[in-house]
Amino acid sequence: MAGSPFWMIWPGNAALSALVLFLIAMPFLYAARMPVHGLLRALGLLAGGPLRMCSRWLLEAARNLQERNRAVLLAQGREETGQQIAREFERVAALVRHDLEGYPALQRKLLGEITRVEEDYKKCGEVPPPPPEWVEAIAAVAKVKSNGNELVQRILEEIQKSVVVIHDKALAEYRRAYQSRHKILDGFMPFWRSLDKTLARTDSKITSLTERASVIDAQMDKFEQIVKKTDKAEHALTVSALTQFFIAALVLLIAAGGALINFKLIALPMSEMVGAGDYLTSSLRTSEVAALVIIFVEATMGLFLMETLHITHLFPRIHNLGEVLRKRMMWASFILLLTLAGVEAALALMRDMLIADKQALLQSLAATQAVVADGWLTRIPTAGQMLLGFILPFALAFIAIPLESFINSARTVGGAALVVLARAVAVMLRLAGTFIRQLCRVLITVYDISIVLPLLAERWVKASRSAGKPRATGFEAGERR
Amino acid sequence: MKRRTFVVSVPLLGLAYAAGCTDPRSHAHAVYLLVDTSGTYAQEIGRAQLIVNYLLGSLQPGDSLAVARVRSRSFSEKDIIAKATFDNRPSQANAQKRALKEKVEAFTSSARGSVNTDITGGLIQGSEFLNETGAGKKTILIFSDMQEELDKATVRSFPIDLKDIRVVAVNVVKLNTDNIDPRRYLGRLEDWKKRVKAAGAREWRVINDIEHLDALLKS
Repeated sequence: MAGSPFWMIWPGNAALSALVLFLIAMPFLYAARMPVHGLLRALGLLAGGPLRMCSRWLLEAARNLQERNRAVLLAQGREETGQQIAREFERVAALVRHDLEGYPALQRKLLGEITRVEEDYKKCGEVPPPPPEWVEAIAAVAKVKSNGNELVQRILEEIQKSVVVIHDKALAEYRRAYQSRHKILDGFMPFWRSLDKTLARTDSKITSLTERASVIDAQMDKFEQIVKKTDKAEHALTVSALTQFFIAALVLLIAAGGALINFKLIALPMSEMVGAGDYLTSSLRTSEVAALVIIFVEATMGLFLMETLHITHLFPRIHNLGEVLRKRMMWASFILLLTLAGVEAALALMRDMLIADKQALLQSLAATQAVVADGWLTRIPTAGQMLLGFILPFALAFIAIPLESFINSARTVGGAALVVLARAVAVMLRLAGTFIRQLCRVLITVYDISIVLPLLAERWVKASRSAGKPRATGFEAGERR
Repeated sequence: MKRRTFVVSVPLLGLAYAAGCTDPRSHAHAVYLLVDTSGTYAQEIGRAQLIVNYLLGSLQPGDSLAVARVRSRSFSEKDIIAKATFDNRPSQANAQKRALKEKVEAFTSSARGSVNTDITGGLIQGSEFLNETGAGKKTILIFSDMQEELDKATVRSFPIDLKDIRVVAVNVVKLNTDNIDPRRYLGRLEDWKKRVKAAGAREWRVINDIEHLDALLKS
């Protein structure tokens, strides 16, 4: 008895005790039915309402964010495409200036050559002088009949001789004339070749101009799509931003690897400069931080160099600088970068010396014979380290380009990710709200099931009362009310 | 503007941190090696040289090392054979290590055995030295059989202070009497453990294999 819980009416029989207690409580539960129903509904509304509101708010925020992302993306795309078009026009201008600058001279040359060819052609067309008029006389003489007259025959023979001589002379002259025309035609060849070359040059220049024009046309189409804010343009820009983001992230990752190698090269020798015993945190040495700072400064100088070279556009103030000041800044960044590269090469050499010294000490402590290394071979890693130390700062300078792409595309990618996240959370909140409301309904039903006996009694009483009344509503009707 | 802030902030943070937020705690490690030169244990002195070499190879720039002998009365600076706080620059530290190694080599080649063994005096001397270094980690290595023998005039029966110091007994060889009754050996070590712990030592350990010193020094 002492070991039984206080609520057990029949000690050792929990089920019976619970049943009796339940039967005792049933009338009270029936009496409290309406307030409990109200309480459960209120709880459902209390928990579900804010969740649904949060969900609606998040969906609205996601819509706004998407609109904003779209506006930013289109603005970025507009700016980029505008820059690309401007660049294409610059290229065309350069092409025109460089290639077509001598076009008038070329045209003059072409016209001169064509005129000359025409003149020569005309010369070729000239026929030899026509035979003298005595040809008709000969024709008349040819009609004369000798009839055996010796005199006539002799005259005709004389005429024949003269004609043969004249014919030979005329033929020789004719041949000379043709020979001179052939010479003229021979003289054509260089002009034709020159003409052909000039035309080919003109054609290639015109072709490259046509290609540029088609590129500009494509860019203009894109620009128009962006200005019209079409879905196609938005989709294309989003895909482009995503591609840029992942490519830039990959390149930055590779650059981080390079920076790590750089760090390993200079961390040990930096301890010779700033001391190896100072710590910033329990595990971070001051020398390591100093090495990191040097690498960051190199990257910053590289960033400034890229900015002043107009390769990147991270700092508008640098771009707004005057040309002279910009060039000064460019040289200052380059000289600092060069100096730091030199310092790194020296540190790499020092690292090698320190390692060799430590190795010698350890060998003397271990009392082993020092390995005599080939001087030429041992210098290769040293030279390699120095070269790496000198090159890596310049290589790091180029991270400005992927960094710019990463930052620009991160806005789009981050915005899109936020929209997806907000929508996902909104859906989850809505689901949670619906679940809580449905749970409250289930609890109300379960409550009614637990007091089914009083409810049946109530229905029976109401049914018996309504039997006497023609327009009774019954239990169901009462419930609905 | 935000992009600019992002790009510039990373190195600036590093610089600011380097300028003003250094960790004030000392990360240096100070080691005091007591070498027993009494009686038959003097034969083991060659192994002491190995331990010194090992310590010289393990300790970093900024750490401290002192090697002292245990004689009939060891509470004296004269018993410190060689000591050095290594320079923060690795090249200078290496030069100091070479010099210390030569001093210890000279000692081991000319060491003479003492009549009695005053380990307690050596511990007090070592504690003083370690506290003076201001190192973050302090260790006393006792290269001895841990059999203390004092003359009548020497007083060591009082509580000593070894607060925050780790005490490690190295190469505790067994005596002939220990072989007859191992309880003597175990009891001797247990007595030292109690005494060292009572003195406030951070840890008491016995290491007979020198290779296990590596893990101890790194911890």
